[in-house]
Amino acid sequence: MAVKVLIPTPLQKLTNNQATIECDGTTIAELLESLEQSCPGIKTRLCDESGELRRFVNFYVNSEDIRFLDGANTPLKDGDEVSIIPAIAGG
Amino acid sequence: MTQVTQLQPRSTATFRALKCKECGAEYEPKAIHVCEFCFGPLEVAYDYSTLRRTVTRQSIQAGPHSIWRYRPFLPVETNQPIDVGTGLTPLVQAHRLARRLGLNKLYIKNDAVNMPTLSFKDRVVSVALTRARELGFSTVSCASTGNLANSTAAIAAHAGLDCCVFIPADLEAGKVMGTLIYSPTVMAVQGNYDQVNRLCSEVANTHGWGFVNINLRPYYSEGSKTLGYEVAEQLGWHLPDHIVAPLASGSLFTKIYKGFREFVEVGLVEDKPVRFSGAQAEGCSPIAQAYREGRDFVTPVKPNTIAKSIAIGNPADGVYAVDIARKTNGNIEAVTDAEIIDGIKLLAETEGIFTETAGGTTIAVLKKLVEAGKIDPDETTVVYITGNGLKTQEAVQGYIGEPLTIEPKLDSFERALERSRTLERLEWQQVLV
Repeated sequence: MAVKVLIPTPLQKLTNNQATIECDGTTIAELLESLEQSCPGIKTRLCDESGELRRFVNFYVNSEDIRFLDGANTPLKDGDEVSIIPAIAGG
Repeated sequence: MTQVTQLQPRSTATFRALKCKECGAEYEPKAIHVCEFCFGPLEVAYDYSTLRRTVTRQSIQAGPHSIWRYRPFLPVETNQPIDVGTGLTPLVQAHRLARRLGLNKLYIKNDAVNMPTLSFKDRVVSVALTRARELGFSTVSCASTGNLANSTAAIAAHAGLDCCVFIPADLEAGKVMGTLIYSPTVMAVQGNYDQVNRLCSEVANTHGWGFVNINLRPYYSEGSKTLGYEVAEQLGWHLPDHIVAPLASGSLFTKIYKGFREFVEVGLVEDKPVRFSGAQAEGCSPIAQAYREGRDFVTPVKPNTIAKSIAIGNPADGVYAVDIARKTNGNIEAVTDAEIIDGIKLLAETEGIFTETAGGTTIAVLKKLVEAGKIDPDETTVVYITGNGLKTQEAVQGYIGEPLTIEPKLDSFERALERSRTLERLEWQQVLV
């Protein structure tokens, strides 16, 4: 099962400068593990010491913020697009 | 960690690096806005000991009649910034509004008449585009709720930079026209501001553009500090007791605070506590909710309010705004759309200032805080009015009077005047007299 993940510039050093990568996982939490497998070190960038997503990281599944869905437990299906966006700006 | 290199030897820069607000990692002052390690926002770091030695009240007063009199506190290297007369807007003592509310020392910082596009955004854009030019960008861009698009397009035109702006498709007509007139490329995105912002974050590094509020954000946001400096200078080099400002991303609020603290730090004003109170529209109040519930994180919301210019459901600096309101003994309040319209009218009728919905929100929150006893009548209170009402005419349509249509005859005028004095407005509105 493949999910397309958009990688923000600050993390592209870990993905061999790839802006998108294909990953597996039935939830965001599983996706994080799968990302870590293919790009070692990426999980500690996205999650804090307690394993929670860092407060400045935004995850979107098909353009919807996962905080409006089910957070790290948000389900994923084949063909979904996950976008990772660092802290953003204003008005 | 990226090694911090020295700036050009000829440079007159007073800043030395970008620094992560969360983990403190430092970076070269380039077009980046997030920490590579923790994703925290980056902020410009200055050499305050140099500033303390070189900047005086006199040196500032001898500078240009614009934000560039504070150039040593702004993150640019050049001595020839893009100066379109931005800043030094009036600080008006609001006697009539104060009396109406029961306050004694109330001031309006009136950025509804800021130059060139009638909002505080001209401050941040002047700084961002000056820095964009230094960093070698030939195209500038932004994600905007309207005011920023106006400002970026206008100042880019002045500076001869190419410009592409992204706005939500449902913006007020005045804000769309006030962008198109400068002939930038305008992308009207079918979604709300947060969706526009997300798209721009994805686009930001793909075309080599300088996005003022994304990859240039550390420089851009520093421009808002001038709203703090100017108020201190205009109050005779004193800080106020209390400020009230609108909250969208939260950036403006935190930068006014930084501006005051820097003036204290370099010895330009005496230190004293300043209370910071923030204003949101109830239809988009994630920061007010976090404040009310005692949280140290902000949960995003989906905006639904007429106050489009501050309708940011996922505010990047929300947590910092909450922190400042708490530690300064201020407040964060939200008001309804009806209260916002009343706020616009109240400011217009008492002070002759026509502000947009963000200003109406701020005035309505001021009123709410006074009524709740959260502003001492004797505090020197400064309210920041950040935008102009002519851009959001839709908001007040149907809530204001209409002209008395008369024939070009003296008796028609006399009759109309008589009616206007004796009849209720609603009765004469409809009638040709």
